[in-house]
Amino acid sequence: MTRTLGFGQAVNEALRIAMETDPDVILLGEDVAGGGARTGEDVDEMGGVLGTTRGLVKAFPDRVLDTPISEMGLLGTAVGAAATGLRPVAELMFIDFLGTCLDPLLNQAAKLRYMFGGKARVPLTVRTVTGAGMQAAAQHSQSLYWITAGIPGLKTVIPATPHDAKGLLLAAIRDDDPVIFCEPKSLLFSTGEVPEGDYEVPIGKARLAREGTDVSLIGMGATVRMCEQAADQLAQEGISAEVLDLRSLAPLDEEAILATLAKTGRLVVVDEATPRCGIASDVAALCVDRGFDFLNAPVKRVTAPHAPVPFSKTLEEAYMPSAAKIVAAVRQQR
Amino acid sequence: MQLDRAALLDAYRRMRTIRAFELKLAELVAAGKMGGFMHLYAGEEAVAVGVCQQLRETDFVASTHRGHGHCIAKGVDVGAMMAELFGRATGCCKGKGGSMHIADVDKGMLGANGIVGAGIPLATGAALSAKLKRTGGVAVAFFGDGATNQGAFHESLNMASNWKLPAVYVVENNGWGEFTPTEFVIPVKDIAVRAGSYAMASAIADGMDFFDVYEKAGEAIARARRGEGPTLLECKTYRFMGHFVGDPLKYRAKEEAERWIQTRDPLDAFERRTTEAGLASSADLREIDGQVDAVLAAAVRAAEAAPLPDLAEVTRDVYVGGAA
Repeated sequence: MTRTLGFGQAVNEALRIAMETDPDVILLGEDVAGGGARTGEDVDEMGGVLGTTRGLVKAFPDRVLDTPISEMGLLGTAVGAAATGLRPVAELMFIDFLGTCLDPLLNQAAKLRYMFGGKARVPLTVRTVTGAGMQAAAQHSQSLYWITAGIPGLKTVIPATPHDAKGLLLAAIRDDDPVIFCEPKSLLFSTGEVPEGDYEVPIGKARLAREGTDVSLIGMGATVRMCEQAADQLAQEGISAEVLDLRSLAPLDEEAILATLAKTGRLVVVDEATPRCGIASDVAALCVDRGFDFLNAPVKRVTAPHAPVPFSKTLEEAYMPSAAKIVAAVRQQR
Repeated sequence: MQLDRAALLDAYRRMRTIRAFELKLAELVAAGKMGGFMHLYAGEEAVAVGVCQQLRETDFVASTHRGHGHCIAKGVDVGAMMAELFGRATGCCKGKGGSMHIADVDKGMLGANGIVGAGIPLATGAALSAKLKRTGGVAVAFFGDGATNQGAFHESLNMASNWKLPAVYVVENNGWGEFTPTEFVIPVKDIAVRAGSYAMASAIADGMDFFDVYEKAGEAIARARRGEGPTLLECKTYRFMGHFVGDPLKYRAKEEAERWIQTRDPLDAFERRTTEAGLASSADLREIDGQVDAVLAAAVRAAEAAPLPDLAEVTRDVYVGGAA
């Protein structure tokens, strides 16, 4: 059965199912229990800064661990636990905090298996909140998934719908490699249809969100909705836009990107991250490298500018990609 | 745990293997037969062996850039180690790890580590696994004095003490952080006092004395197994050789190293103690010396004759399910 659920609720439901179906799954992070482990006091738990893990500590009191505010310690511990028999889901409250704790991901989780000649496995999931849209400003709004997506040994996924949030998180937790699971801030309180029960969305497969014939709009996370809004506007001008939701940034579904390019001959890639060294550039390079014969127009990248995320609502909106910017990019191709 | 004669001779064999292994590597590098960044453990043998003699095969250790000794002490096959350092397909990491990442998870050895302090949270995680999965296991982090200035050390000790994890944090204080004297960068005389900030038990052992390390590690490991939480065990030791193979050692007074080597060698101390107590004879130990040297000579021969890795290995083992 399918019902309408919020994005955060879908994440919560996936965590609950993962913990019910595998006793080795634990949650650890700052405030993931959030006081809920206390008994005898008339208090409710926080369940994470955004409430995503609320209720889980009551269901699994020994397996939802509040850590100190020690991102390096908690992620490094999670890597060690993953390499020795647990299946931890660690929470990095905001991906911006990667600056305090990159080593456990960059040099440990990503490389243990390789360095040890295939003898180790690190079934670790790192849930983290990404992106702008809450006026959280420069240190709490970045879309740094291009860093983890660029590190061999890590996988990085970013769902755009509550349906995929649940299914991708279950797949990530059950994957035997380390997976960075991005929860876009501007989608956390969005809603959508979510099936009940246990299901997985495969990592590495893009989703065709809308079929079209004239131009391909490639989005990920929060920008998928912008692509869909742009497609609505373009339809009114008689332009049929196809929308592809990447869902998985590493591995990247190159075949799906090339297939939609082959169909439309025009491609616009829309990324909330800054423009350098990123996913949008990777997609553009792929189109030139392997899809050159399909191209009827230059590939356009719609991204944030090469600047920190500003605080003012006006500036933040100007900073982010939008349907209007996507439509403008499509017009430039014609 | 009282050491019987067999256990004593085994401890000697491991210490002697580490010493001979490291000297052999120095020789092989000098002869141009081996490459890469390499850090030797000679002088610190009593620490690795004293601790690991108290561990079970299923217990975990996480190590450092100076990791060969921990591997040998934890039971990693020296032939597979030698092949690894020669970059051969038969190496314990299939030639993909090398000296700084040498490991054998099947032996509970979670790897040497090229990042100072990075093994400390890994061992903390292994201790968390042991506690939550109720395996009765213990995890040991070996690290140097320099690593105790890393955030990873402090964050891990805080978490481990708070959660009463079955962990032992063994700091090998050899007086030198790379090329800088420890006292230049650490204001406390005994690193063990750093445990106090985390309400953690601590102890100081003479890292040149196998028996002292063995006894204090035994107490710490027993405490961890009883569920009474972690210990910071400081072993005062000395690095007989340079920071890395090829280190010109201009920053360290020759007399200092000679004094340690001539008067504090952990192998000599072990021999004095065991022969004076009548626990072993010099002849027993010389016999082991001969066996160790033969094993290492065979390891070098086998490694040199072993096949190089298949070039397809470059992209294998990046992910469990194959290449992305």
